[in-house]
Amino acid sequence: MDVLQLQRKLREHQAAMLREGFLDDQFSQLQKLQDESSPDFVIEVVKMFFDDSEKLLNNMTRALGQVPVDFKQVDAHVHQYKGSSASVGAARVKNVCATFRNFCETQNLEGCVRCLQQLQNEYSLLKNNLQYLFRLQEEIQAAGGSIPTIE
Amino acid sequence: MWFKATESCNCIEPQWPADELLVKYQYISDFFIALAYFSIPLELIYFVKKSAVFPYRWVLVQFGAFIVLCGATHLINLWTFTVHTRTVAMVMTAAKVLTAVVSCATALMLVHIIPDLLSVKTRELFLKNKAAELDREMGLIRTQEETGRHVRMLTHEIRSTLDRHTILKTTLIELGRTLALEECALWMPTRTGLELQLAYTLRQQNPVGYTVPIHLPVINQVFSSNRAVKISPNCPVARLRPHTGKYLPGEVVAVRVPLLNLSNFQIYDWPEVSTRSYALMVLMLPSDSARQWHVHELELVEVVADQINRLHFDGVGYVAVALSHAAILEESMRARNLLIEQNVALDLARREAETAIHARNDFLAVMNHEMRTPMHAIIALSSLLQETELTAEQRLMVETILKSSNLLATLINDVLDLSRLEDGSLQLETTTFSLHSVFREVLNLIKPVASVKRLSLTLHLASDLPVYAVGDEKRLMQTILNVVGNAVKFSKEGSISITAIVAKPESFKDARIPEFLPVPSDSHFYLRVQVNDSGSGINPQDIPKLFTKFAQSQAVQTKGPAGSGLGLAICRRFVNLMEGHIWIESEGIGKGCTVTFIVKLGIPDRPNESKLAFAPKVPGNHVSTNFGGLKVLVMDDNGVNRSVTKGLLLHLGCDVTTAGSSEECLRIISPEHRVVFMDVCTGLDGYELAIRIQEKFKKRQDRPLIVALTGNTNRVTKENCMRVGMDGLILKPVSVDKMRGVLSELLEHRVLFEAI
Repeated sequence: MDVLQLQRKLREHQAAMLREGFLDDQFSQLQKLQDESSPDFVIEVVKMFFDDSEKLLNNMTRALGQVPVDFKQVDAHVHQYKGSSASVGAARVKNVCATFRNFCETQNLEGCVRCLQQLQNEYSLLKNNLQYLFRLQEEIQAAGGSIPTIE
Repeated sequence: MWFKATESCNCIEPQWPADELLVKYQYISDFFIALAYFSIPLELIYFVKKSAVFPYRWVLVQFGAFIVLCGATHLINLWTFTVHTRTVAMVMTAAKVLTAVVSCATALMLVHIIPDLLSVKTRELFLKNKAAELDREMGLIRTQEETGRHVRMLTHEIRSTLDRHTILKTTLIELGRTLALEECALWMPTRTGLELQLAYTLRQQNPVGYTVPIHLPVINQVFSSNRAVKISPNCPVARLRPHTGKYLPGEVVAVRVPLLNLSNFQIYDWPEVSTRSYALMVLMLPSDSARQWHVHELELVEVVADQINRLHFDGVGYVAVALSHAAILEESMRARNLLIEQNVALDLARREAETAIHARNDFLAVMNHEMRTPMHAIIALSSLLQETELTAEQRLMVETILKSSNLLATLINDVLDLSRLEDGSLQLETTTFSLHSVFREVLNLIKPVASVKRLSLTLHLASDLPVYAVGDEKRLMQTILNVVGNAVKFSKEGSISITAIVAKPESFKDARIPEFLPVPSDSHFYLRVQVNDSGSGINPQDIPKLFTKFAQSQAVQTKGPAGSGLGLAICRRFVNLMEGHIWIESEGIGKGCTVTFIVKLGIPDRPNESKLAFAPKVPGNHVSTNFGGLKVLVMDDNGVNRSVTKGLLLHLGCDVTTAGSSEECLRIISPEHRVVFMDVCTGLDGYELAIRIQEKFKKRQDRPLIVALTGNTNRVTKENCMRVGMDGLILKPVSVDKMRGVLSELLEHRVLFEAI
């Protein structure tokens, strides 16, 4: 595939992710920060986010598995996750976190469990999409093209 | 004189020869005299001894002596009738001499004593008289007391009932009993007032309806004074029963009885004593008795007569007052209950009204949202459609669709705004903003339209106009935009000028609005904006209608989209909320129009504390400021966030150090760091850290500026930050431009609190 096609694909994919709400404006901001001094800024941040996500999701699972459930503890984790997702622009994840927090407040175990599942879904979707995005970027770079930014 | 000297007996013979009988009689008399004379003192002594009190003992002694001696003399005389010896004669002489002395002494003493004794006697008589008098008086008092008791009983009887008939009857009965009357009668005035009718009598049970005319002289006499008057038993009022006695009928007395009419009775206004109508009470002493009316009896009658009605009246009066009080109380209870009911009803009405308002607001909000969404879709898609290839006809259609939808969108906005304005639920959002930028933005928005219509647009801002003001920026802009927009709308050609000055007190005498008296102060100023256009003008008569909703001036002849009519109404509401005034002047059709408004804006206090509304979207303002190695410290316990913020700051050219916890932050912070960005999403850690940093750096110049980064959009967070002495607060997410602006602002003003 040639660069132009790759670039178009990338653009479409990014547009789609934005449209679908996987990402929001914050992600574009991150992309703006990527320059010569920090060429892999976005990827680094996203990688950090993935690690963070997995850690937090595990914590949440464990906390919800305890008897009795310490909702405050769960809430703390969700809060953290919300912050991180907001920073990278993971909109859907952030929204689910918001709902999750409500359930924690009302100590609705069933709601929490459902949210956790949803989070895990969203996370995997996001992860897949981002990884695809990064692969495209790599390919473009490898082909010598430049990465188009989202306007 | 025969003098016979006897030889030896020394006897003295009497002078003449005594007759035997005479001598015998003398002899006996002397004997009895002596006896009497001797017994008298004995008696005296005996009785005096019996009575302890006798003041004149000495007199008694003297008297006794005198009598004893007299008795002795007469006793000795017994021996001198016959021949007696010289001794006897001597004793006789001695006795006589003594007797003579004592008698004379006694006689002399009696001269003193007898007047005393006489005076004692007179005193005794006087005392006896006095005692008799006292006895008489005692009798009188007793009788008076009796009558008094009777009166008391009478009044008690009278008081115990409020019934007038009973009172009168009882009075008559009691009087009759007390005074032992033969007959007692009461004559009452008839309704006409011209006659007296016999109403009650004591003895007769059913008095026949006798009447007598009221103007009889005897009756007038009785009525003219309040005393009981003796009248003749033959006068008409006294002739009540057939005269049965053999002798004279008893004395009759009549007295007036004042009648207080209950119809005159006002609750708080006791009628005067001088009433016009009287009844007549006639009292008859028993015939064939020699009784006469005594003064005290008359007094009793007068008193009773005077009191009858009053007693009745008092009783009735008290009851009437009590009744009126009860009535008032009941009235007030009723009024209170009514008030309570009304309160409850009002409360209910209020709650219902509130519910209705809420429901309406909810409805409006929902409808608004529901209406806006498709509206936006239409507008957006129509715009997009415009971008594509279209035939001229299609383009025209699309343009029309766009115009109509824009209009509709404006209308929807206006309706929502106005309804919120109307029920007062709209509140101005006060912020500090730049006046100049407001005007410039309006200009930018209107310029395209104006240039299409080839209207020239000029803006003149006074030099003394403050750069920053405190007020509702959005609404002020809306107002200016509306006014200028109208000016453009209704002008086909010519020019539009916008002038903004600070209103001076002198200019307030611009007497269009005489009741408007704005007073500028240190914290406020009045902005005066005037928009002149050379458009179609307005008929002066139509001017008042302009500000009313939905009214459209007929004189408007433009092809452009006709205004919904709400715009000016909303403007006026906004202006009023800003404590100002708006008015239109026009010289007439075709002569242009001037809209002026004055609003009150605040003057920001001190630059340090100015809360600058942060407008991150400054179009086309990509000043690539490089902050030249500004040393900053980022504290965030979330790795992702930390990296993002760091990247942001690095991009802007800062020298970024990061810390993952409060302790680490405190460890690595140094005076070289100019700004510390700390995340305060996670509880109180951030605030604590801020305090510790301030403690660490005593002097304000040395320490870095502390700025909080938070995703919380609530006032509490902002207040907390300000309270712990932070220098700024920014809301996440932070874009590059925003961060750039933040840093510039911070370095310039050393404070930045984003409006929440």
